[in-house]
Amino acid sequence: MDWNRRAFFFAAPFSFSGANLARAKPKAHFLRISAMAFEPPPAGLRVGDEIEWINSDGFRHTATARNGDFDLDLMPGRRGRTVLHRPGAIDFYCRYHPSMRGRLDVRG
Amino acid sequence: MQPRTFAGALAVAVFSVSMAPVQAQTQAPTDPQIAHIAYTAGAIDVAAARQALSKSAEPEIRAFAETMARDHAAVNDQALALAKRLGITPEENPTSEALERQASETAARLAELNGAAFDKAYIANEIAFHQAVNSALSEMLIPNARNPELKSLLETGLKLFRAHEQHAEQIGQDRD
Ligand SMILES: [Cu+2]
Repeated sequence: MDWNRRAFFFAAPFSFSGANLARAKPKAHFLRISAMAFEPPPAGLRVGDEIEWINSDGFRHTATARNGDFDLDLMPGRRGRTVLHRPGAIDFYCRYHPSMRGRLDVRG
Repeated sequence: MQPRTFAGALAVAVFSVSMAPVQAQTQAPTDPQIAHIAYTAGAIDVAAARQALSKSAEPEIRAFAETMARDHAAVNDQALALAKRLGITPEENPTSEALERQASETAARLAELNGAAFDKAYIANEIAFHQAVNSALSEMLIPNARNPELKSLLETGLKLFRAHEQHAEQIGQDRD
């Protein structure tokens, strides 16, 4: 029996309707840290998207969410990823330099 | 620059509460002198942080001191690498000597304190020290720096030290 074909047959309509209902595929965004500041956050953030934080500065920083959703400790030159799990505004800052701050606006 | 000499301006800022006489330096500082002053200021704050780590048990104070030690060591490493690359030999001068003298007086005063009194004095000194260094950077050291890479590193240092100053002020307010 041709299981591959059969699986495709059943799966196909399902994934088509799924594609209609679901929004666009999750995206990867970048947010760079340089010269003692977070770059302006990317626009159009959606739940499920990923942010890659890039520490291009010569100093260690963190990307820390005030609501506890993420806390990345980034040595100079390092990167780290976080996934956006819920909609809303997420204020973030650097634990080592609390005057470094920003806000992500995440839509559902 | 304004009526003040460069040593004078830093001295006014750093030594506003001290009697330390500072030999006036009437000319603008050279790049080797600027490099020495900036490096000395960083080394002083690393030493202050080590003192705090040996004396304080407060997590907030210890975390702040760890950041100071790490950041000032990082910027001083960058300064040394740059000086080497540019062939600049940092040159001692009355301002860096006065900074060191003032720092050892402060360290001796803080050594007598313990617990909350130490924490409070350490943070108060960190606020005053970063304020003084930041005015020296923006009014004297950055405007007089001739080499563009040295100027750029001092500007990076100013951003970093301003963040430290705000952090220290925030800790000071939290503990009032
Ligand atoms: Cu930081």
